[in-house]
Amino acid sequence: MLALIPLLPFLGFLFNVTIGRRSSKGVSGGVATAVMALAFGVAVSAVWTMLGSEPIGGVRAVEQTVFSWIASGSLDIALAFRVDPLSSLMILVVTGIGTLIHLYSTAYMHGETDEEFARYFSYLNLFAAFMLVLVLGSSFPVMFIGWEGVGLCSYLLIGFYYTKKSASDAGKKAFIVNRIGDFGFILGMLSLFWLFGTLDFQGIAAGAAALPVEATMGVLTVSTLLLFLGATGKSAQLPLYVWLPDAMEGPTPVSALIHAATMVTAGVYMIGRNAVLFSHAPITLEVVAVVGCLTALMAGTIGLVQNDIKRVLAYSTVSQLGYMFLAMGVGAFAGGIFHLYTHAFFKALLFLGSGAVIHALHGEQDMRHMGGLKNELPVTYYTFLIGTLAIAGVPLLSGFFSKDEILWQTFAHGHTVLWALAILTAFLTATYMFRLLYMTFFGTRRTPAHAHAGGDSAHAAHGHGGGHAHGAHLHDAPPAMAIALVVLAVGSVAAGYVGIPNAIVHGGNRIEAYLEPSFRAPGAAEAVTAEAPAAEAHHDTGTEMALMLFSTLVALAGIGVATMVFLRAPERATAIAAQFGGLHRTLLNKYYVDEIYDAAIVQPIRKISSGVLWRGVDAGLIDGTVNAVGLVVRGWSAVLRRLQTGSVRAYAMSVFVGTVAILGYYLWR
Amino acid sequence: MIPEPTLNSYLMLSAVLFAIGTAGVFLRRNLITILLSVEVMLNAVNLTFVAAGRFYHSVEGQIIVFFVMTVAAAEAAVGLAIVIALFRHRESLNPDAFTSLKW
Repeated sequence: MLALIPLLPFLGFLFNVTIGRRSSKGVSGGVATAVMALAFGVAVSAVWTMLGSEPIGGVRAVEQTVFSWIASGSLDIALAFRVDPLSSLMILVVTGIGTLIHLYSTAYMHGETDEEFARYFSYLNLFAAFMLVLVLGSSFPVMFIGWEGVGLCSYLLIGFYYTKKSASDAGKKAFIVNRIGDFGFILGMLSLFWLFGTLDFQGIAAGAAALPVEATMGVLTVSTLLLFLGATGKSAQLPLYVWLPDAMEGPTPVSALIHAATMVTAGVYMIGRNAVLFSHAPITLEVVAVVGCLTALMAGTIGLVQNDIKRVLAYSTVSQLGYMFLAMGVGAFAGGIFHLYTHAFFKALLFLGSGAVIHALHGEQDMRHMGGLKNELPVTYYTFLIGTLAIAGVPLLSGFFSKDEILWQTFAHGHTVLWALAILTAFLTATYMFRLLYMTFFGTRRTPAHAHAGGDSAHAAHGHGGGHAHGAHLHDAPPAMAIALVVLAVGSVAAGYVGIPNAIVHGGNRIEAYLEPSFRAPGAAEAVTAEAPAAEAHHDTGTEMALMLFSTLVALAGIGVATMVFLRAPERATAIAAQFGGLHRTLLNKYYVDEIYDAAIVQPIRKISSGVLWRGVDAGLIDGTVNAVGLVVRGWSAVLRRLQTGSVRAYAMSVFVGTVAILGYYLWR
Repeated sequence: MIPEPTLNSYLMLSAVLFAIGTAGVFLRRNLITILLSVEVMLNAVNLTFVAAGRFYHSVEGQIIVFFVMTVAAAEAAVGLAIVIALFRHRESLNPDAFTSLKW
């Protein structure tokens, strides 16, 4: 049954690359959405089965081995799927939010031709299939299939408008940067096989649990660091986050699917999946926490000044992913996954909301040209507002619960500096998200009279031909889009209530208790569970409440600052920007990271490639060797061909002389 | 009285015949004569086989000779056909006229 979950979207992909190309939009989009909805149904029933099963070694799980994939000596890798609490959450998120995004896309992509429409949905389905393989795989190689597959699909989807140079470049960038991470992932995988002789997650966890916790740089530390390199590539962390902001070149629902709900969380999921392994490498965890925290802060500051609506959301995604890694790094695996889960709702909502805005404005993405859309796009506005409140960490919405859990866990594990940075990031998050909200929906329309009538924006290519007269009433989200927005908005509010902090309601953090068995080594059941609540009791409820209040105040302060600057007095923002001109420019240019990478890595590689590898090695050495071989053969041939005279008697003579010589040799030797 | 011929006598005769045939192949300038010389060489070999067969009281020598004769007949047929074709082509039977198949 588990194999059906990724298989359904894959069948949808097969349909859309073959028959779908020639069928109408209703058919191809309908099939794509239906298979996702079916997959969601199967996922729900799989989770139901899992919940009803007898716990083995303290973990409820359902497994299915499809076939033996690689069997060679002691290595035996089965194509096997496994649903345990952790992956159950992931498949529900991927199929559930995936379905909504498919539904939304049927309206959003309606301006495309039938064939492009089918192509879009085939990629989208293929992506979902690979993502499900990734989260369901019960061993590293199976996860790696999905890992690479989503990388491929992100390339295809980011470069969907492939006739546009910036889009195809962004696709390539995402692919190449991901390859760098994958290189680390493969090396980490190989070193784990060398160490444990197995690549099964259960086997590795059992093997790692038997080893002592490493105090210094050891094999475990190195291999987990390599795995983390893979995670930084996939999940857009320092130093490999650069692809994600550029990935906004893809259609907006793609950004919602890939860069909010699914693919970028793969790195977080991978660490959660190997929680036991990472727990035995404290140095790696330290690195994960610091990298996550710095990424969160850095992306937050960049997000503060960007003007492209999707880019702000992109940096906010990078920043929120940083939070998740911070949680993983301090050992709060459940907290990280909880944030992953709530983030999937509100970030998908925000991306889809921005898509609705872009759709209504026929491809306009620059927030400086928006404004005053509150009354024109009511559905979009109210859902977007909910998403913004959720991500800003306003109490009673989902983002508050998960973010607060991370902040509290960071503090409780003694990482005060990281906690302070994370609080600062929370402040920045609230500020830039409300800046986005105010610039887009409040104030007055700043759209130039001629801007979209001419359809000059590149994204209008997908639009409605730019035939709308300016000043006409803007169309709010069509029904398919509105449904997705509303459902996600409800989710953004409600999703957090599975993880109410224990300090407020005792035992309210049900998600932690639910996920906890997934982070334990198999077999190490009762002893640890007995210990966990004891540690829980250690939690100083008073401190937690105080911190919660503090972070709430910080979030409100962030909103307040945004209100003061960007709503009340937009000219003040310009003044501040002018006052800190250098800083503002640095942030606007994203700390010049792209430029630094270009100068430090890309240009040297180009120089070496063209100067040494091309002209020296290829043209000189390799071509030279081949040409020399040819010349030598030619030279000798010129001499030897004189022997071929054409005279039959000369040939006969040579045969005769040869025979005599050979016979002579044997007779007189 | 003529002495009884020994194996050596036959071998001597055969060697002489073979040498004559070889010299014919290399020295004559007429393709038909060359073919005839080849036949002489083949028959020199045949003589050796028959003589050796008799000397060793074996029938195999004679069997091989039949094979050689068959092949020789076939070779003569094909060879003469080629010679005729060549003559039609160049109006000549001198092998030195046919040297264009070279580098």
